[in-house]
Amino acid sequence: MNLDTPSSPHIHSGVRINSMMLRVCLALVPAIIAYTWFFGWGLCINILLAVATALCAEALMLRIRQRPIAPFLTDGSALVTGLLLAFCIPPFAPWWITVMGAAFAIIVAKQLYGGLGYNPFNPAMVGYVMLLISFPLEMTQWVPPNIVNQLEIGFIDTLNIIFTGNFPYQLSIDALTMATPLDTIKTELGLNVTVTEIIRGNAIFGDFGGVGWEWVGNWVLLGGIWLIYKHIISWHIPVALLGSLVIISFFFFMLDPDAYPSPMFHLFSGATLLAAFFIATDPVSASTTPRGRIYYGIGIGVLIYVIRTWGGYPDGVAFAVLLMNMAAPTIDYYTQPRVYGHPKAHHTIHPSRRDDGDKP
Amino acid sequence: MQRLFQFHGGVQLKEHKRDATAQPVQAARLPRQLVLPLQQHIGTPAEAIVAVGDKVRKGQLIAKPVGVISAPVHASSSGTVVAIAKHAVSHPSHLSAPCIIIDTDGEERWTEDRQPVADYHQLPPEAIRARIRDAGIVGMGGAGFPAHVKLDPSQHAVDTLILNGAECEPYITCDEMLLREHALEVIVGLRIMRYALQARRCIIGIENNKKAAFLALREQVRNTGADFIDVVQVPTVYPTGGEKQLIQVLTGMEVPSGGLPLDIGVVCHNVGTAYAVYRAIEFGEPLISRYVTVAGSVAKARNLDVLIGTPVIDLIEECGGNRNTLSRVILGGPMMGVALHDVTVPVTKTTNCILAFAKTGDVPLASKGSQPMPCIRCGNCAEACPVDLLPQQLYWYARAKDFDKIQDYHLFDCIECGCCDYVCPSQIPLVHYFRYAKTEIWAQQHEKALANIARERHQFREQRLEREKLEKQQRHQQKRAALDAQKGDAGSSADAAKKAAIQAAMERAKNKREANTIQPRNIDNLTPDQQRKIDEANARRKALEARADVGAAQDSEQ
Ligand code: SF4
Ligand code: SF4
Repeated sequence: MNLDTPSSPHIHSGVRINSMMLRVCLALVPAIIAYTWFFGWGLCINILLAVATALCAEALMLRIRQRPIAPFLTDGSALVTGLLLAFCIPPFAPWWITVMGAAFAIIVAKQLYGGLGYNPFNPAMVGYVMLLISFPLEMTQWVPPNIVNQLEIGFIDTLNIIFTGNFPYQLSIDALTMATPLDTIKTELGLNVTVTEIIRGNAIFGDFGGVGWEWVGNWVLLGGIWLIYKHIISWHIPVALLGSLVIISFFFFMLDPDAYPSPMFHLFSGATLLAAFFIATDPVSASTTPRGRIYYGIGIGVLIYVIRTWGGYPDGVAFAVLLMNMAAPTIDYYTQPRVYGHPKAHHTIHPSRRDDGDKP
Repeated sequence: MQRLFQFHGGVQLKEHKRDATAQPVQAARLPRQLVLPLQQHIGTPAEAIVAVGDKVRKGQLIAKPVGVISAPVHASSSGTVVAIAKHAVSHPSHLSAPCIIIDTDGEERWTEDRQPVADYHQLPPEAIRARIRDAGIVGMGGAGFPAHVKLDPSQHAVDTLILNGAECEPYITCDEMLLREHALEVIVGLRIMRYALQARRCIIGIENNKKAAFLALREQVRNTGADFIDVVQVPTVYPTGGEKQLIQVLTGMEVPSGGLPLDIGVVCHNVGTAYAVYRAIEFGEPLISRYVTVAGSVAKARNLDVLIGTPVIDLIEECGGNRNTLSRVILGGPMMGVALHDVTVPVTKTTNCILAFAKTGDVPLASKGSQPMPCIRCGNCAEACPVDLLPQQLYWYARAKDFDKIQDYHLFDCIECGCCDYVCPSQIPLVHYFRYAKTEIWAQQHEKALANIARERHQFREQRLEREKLEKQQRHQQKRAALDAQKGDAGSSADAAKKAAIQAAMERAKNKREANTIQPRNIDNLTPDQQRKIDEANARRKALEARADVGAAQDSEQ
């Protein structure tokens, strides 16, 4: 008789990486639908492009690094990276932008650091920042929601724009694109216009964020809450991030409502909600102790506000996340929980988390 | 109303407890052969006092305890001792251990020297403890610590005696059945234990998924008017049944790391132990049988009253299992149980559950994926850890073989409950890594001790050579002095100085050795086999040190 003698425990919850990642994707579906509804087919095409590129790049790199391909390709992490990156690329950006971004994210930001679990930075954000710095023109050509410019660009037309750069109805990219709400606020505040005037004078502003943007935001929020409910992500990072952003923006808003937009506006514009629930919560690059996650979230929230308000870029999400990625090991080190039966947590350890061990 | 507290983390598990609680407990069939390991407890193994060929009676003492932390072994049925030899036992290392093997004669003839106690209040607590010791009672919840030691308050004032009825692992229901069927006896046992400990109050903690057992207990407490006993329902979360976790839930206090519950005035015993204490005092019966749950892919999952020493396979077959289709047999629960390599392993005093799984079992184990993925630092493990450790960091350092850092992250506080493993989406065998790291650290400490001894021997040799040189010089000087001052008589004081110098040198070396002995950090709550390993290592080291001392002494005498 041959008996198995594995060591305990002999049972498992059944939750695997791929089921977690798939749920993350699932949680984004309502937001994707809303986005397509308001801004056309661009996002869907970008998602397909980014995900396909991410998977190919992953397979290629696994092969070069002589790692088993199947388990890593099906873990769903490349899928999530592609999806999140696509969300950050303007809908009519030429195809090579998306492909380049996704390939860079996977090859450089993930696989060159050792693949799944070893990347210190969020790959999607690295890809995005690389694109933003290298191709500022293409990366800032955002389209206004359909309701605002009254143009319905169909699926074929969108494909055409993305792959050939040919615009329908003799339009040009300039006619199609427009500053985002965050952009508008930033530029016009520079011209000494008050927030109220800016918002009243621009059709792109909706009830609490930008038209369309706010609805996408709502669905992202719902998806995120579902993820927390399903224990795929913990509440710490989203709550800390949104909380700190609200508090700090409320403070300045009360100080001078003419110079600083309201907390609602900050929550529902740009990538705030996406960052709170889907980007900053990327487990690999985030802080991992419960208390650490709170500090990590607060850090991102504050940085988002600082970069948006005083920095050179309209939205600071990507930079905020990457900056806090750098701080994560240190945060983890100083936020170890107090172990049962010990008087207090103590830190006799060097904050070196990724500088030793068995990098492949 | 008792206030409840919460421990960090824990997991909710599927219970699988229905099947085995459907029918009352039955006595298991008398096996043809009983295998009684000399060590069924933490501490020193007992010493056999019978010989091959001896006829023994049921309940007869067949092995006597050695030292304080030890427990005797009794024959669980009448028959003939056929061997005292090594036999397969439940141990992760698959090692065999010395056992007394008895062929049963089927007559179940009891020994004559049973001495019931009519009124235990007539005896002093020490006498009660002595009886409990003589009955061979050890902690029956799994750890197997000799009960009389844990019933000795020594210098402490014991405030609370907790009876652990929180059977939190899936499948296991033997304590629940015991409480349902023998609530009164358990409470009498508890009162005897309280008397032995001189404890102020008692709490029986029972998980809230065992309604019938809870009601039975509460009823009996009310009937007996024991108002110092609280029967408390605790939430059903794994691992509530862990001693430290239960203490935390019931009292809000934490056992200090490296300390004992006694340090905070608490003592915790299993309900099965209380029942055994009752039988020992009321009937003078030693611990020779216990309730065991047999479950998994057997036709009739149930609880049996099993004679200690019964081979596991007998029980599996009695419950409709098939030895030819078994793929995994676990002694204990699915979270902390040990997978057996051999089905002839006997039931011991600490065996609470036998889980048999067939290859084509109808109750499949949620098996793990074939290949663990890298850690994605999701923190699920840290959230689930009842001790508030950071398993992902422990894992990192275990893989990196960084044994200093892994101790800084409190590896030795890990109770090996398996919660982290259970929730890890990468399916990393975390507990396996932690056990490996603990073993490595013990081995290293052992090696360090050896190296220290070798170094000391070397130092002694150096000192001896140095001293001999010195003595030679002194002899020369003395001679010269004697020659110089033949009229005066100066001399003996130099000899005394020399002796003092030697003494001082030896003293220094001894101090150094003591300072160099490494203290392993926070090694509490060890599993029996770990404890055994430590003890063995310590014994070996002692022996080596002794030898080194003798060697050094010889060296210096030459
Ligand atoms: S649960 Fe597993 S994957 Fe997640 S942090 Fe812990 S060890 Fe890593
Ligand atoms: S096995 Fe150890 S590290 Fe894992 S959850 Fe239990 S106590 Fe924590």
